[in-house]
Amino acid sequence: MALDVAAIKADFPVLARLVDGQPIHYMDSAASSQKPTAVIDAMENYYRNGYASVNRGAYQLAREATQAVDAARTAVARFIGAPHAHEVIFTKNATESMNLFAQAWGRANLGAGDVIVLTEMEHHANIVPWQMVAAEKGSEIRWIPITESGELDLTDLDRILDGAKVVSVSAMSNVLGTINPVRRIADAAHAAGAVVAADGSQYVPHLPTDVVELGVDVFVFTGHKMLGPTGVGVLWGTTELLDAMPPFLGGGDMILTVTKEGFTTNELPHKFEAGTPNIAEIIGLGAAVEYLEGLGMEAIREHEVSLTAYGLRALKEAYGDDIRIHGPSEPANRGGIFSVEYKDVHPHDLGQILDSHNVYVRAGHHCAKPLLQTMGIQASARASVYVYNDESDIDAFVAALAGADDIFGF
Amino acid sequence: MAGLEDLYKEIIVDHYKNPRNKGTLPTPPAVEEPGTNPYCGDEVVVYVQVDDGVVSDVAVEGRGCSISQASLSMMSEAIKGKPVEEVRGLIDEFKEMMTGAEPDAGDVMKKGELAALTGVRKFPDRIKCAILSWNTLGQALDKSDDNA
Repeated sequence: MALDVAAIKADFPVLARLVDGQPIHYMDSAASSQKPTAVIDAMENYYRNGYASVNRGAYQLAREATQAVDAARTAVARFIGAPHAHEVIFTKNATESMNLFAQAWGRANLGAGDVIVLTEMEHHANIVPWQMVAAEKGSEIRWIPITESGELDLTDLDRILDGAKVVSVSAMSNVLGTINPVRRIADAAHAAGAVVAADGSQYVPHLPTDVVELGVDVFVFTGHKMLGPTGVGVLWGTTELLDAMPPFLGGGDMILTVTKEGFTTNELPHKFEAGTPNIAEIIGLGAAVEYLEGLGMEAIREHEVSLTAYGLRALKEAYGDDIRIHGPSEPANRGGIFSVEYKDVHPHDLGQILDSHNVYVRAGHHCAKPLLQTMGIQASARASVYVYNDESDIDAFVAALAGADDIFGF
Repeated sequence: MAGLEDLYKEIIVDHYKNPRNKGTLPTPPAVEEPGTNPYCGDEVVVYVQVDDGVVSDVAVEGRGCSISQASLSMMSEAIKGKPVEEVRGLIDEFKEMMTGAEPDAGDVMKKGELAALTGVRKFPDRIKCAILSWNTLGQALDKSDDNA
């Protein structure tokens, strides 16, 4: 069933806002999404009517808060096809999730000369944590290259995977929109004896996700790109991997017992959740998951493929060779991300000009500098779509680009 | 929000599209100093040659948005042939013009093309673009002092 975008827009209070008397076109969801009333209300209700800490207080409010966090964990597990809710570890964001995995697993399992495999289209959050552990352990990082059209070049995959201990890949690029063949890479990596992690930050908000079907051992994503609040992210891992992995942060909640001589770790998920968690944010993420389930992830994907096809066509029809759109040309192989270069206008200037038309996009390196170096560009202007965008937003984006001509006269 | 005409004044677009003093200088006798804005990736390289306390020659290169590159070009014109002490004063004056409590520019700024950049004040996230080249110039002059 197609999405009723007009009804969805009405669920997002900020989208009713006028700036300079005109509606806004929010097209920066790849950076962070807007929040529906359901999420805002769930968080406010917790603070207003049911605030208490979790996991220990023997009274009504504490029981309710604990149950709310448990319910959110169950919802997230269901949403990503996790076999067990205890495999869902709540963190601050995807960056923290990947650092947790790289540090806790890497310190225990990587040594001098061991190979870490990444791709050339990773976000810094899936590069720097590995560079940190590689520097500490003397490990080597290898890169799966990209093709001219912005897809992974897997021709040399077997050679790259030879000797690999861990492979960590983006499920969908935040710059190119490319949806990567995670399953194929995971199967090949497992055959080579490596553990496989995927960064699902751009994938989970937009496509039906099943971590078992993806074939990965570890999967990380963030809440704020999927209609949830900032300050909550997820690390999913198989029970086997998480049980064997040493803890990362030490402190309250993650222990069974502590003596002067040492400590023993709590069971999953608490083993990796030291300290009082972001309770309201976790509850908010649970509400976001339920909202997305209400729309249906298949319907969301269908909506975005259709909008992507519309956008790619509209940009080319309006500007022909004056516009360069990065990433795969086939909408079925990509997400709703339009990273563009328009004539010789610098992306920051383009972003400023679009802003003056209430079209909100991101300009910059998108925390993917190695990718941009490979592509030979310094920055791009990136518009991205989500459940609350429709063709009128695309039309506004396309029309506003021409505003650059008036200023720069290219 | 403020109108884009305050940001993209004609003189700024002209310097962006036709950068002055573009190129490099041999080092030594000149010094070379790179500068970058980590958040947006704007890049500049400033070459200055100081002889007898005077900026006798300057060349600049860079890659980035119109504001960062226009500011770089305008700066190169404003400092060429001026005593180092005066140039250091200009750096302070320019930064005060862009970030100070009062947008009132000093005499030199008021009369010069650089005053066109005061429009950037209305776009706070772009001020760093305008200041990058001047910060880099300050570092270049420090380096030149060290070499002297």
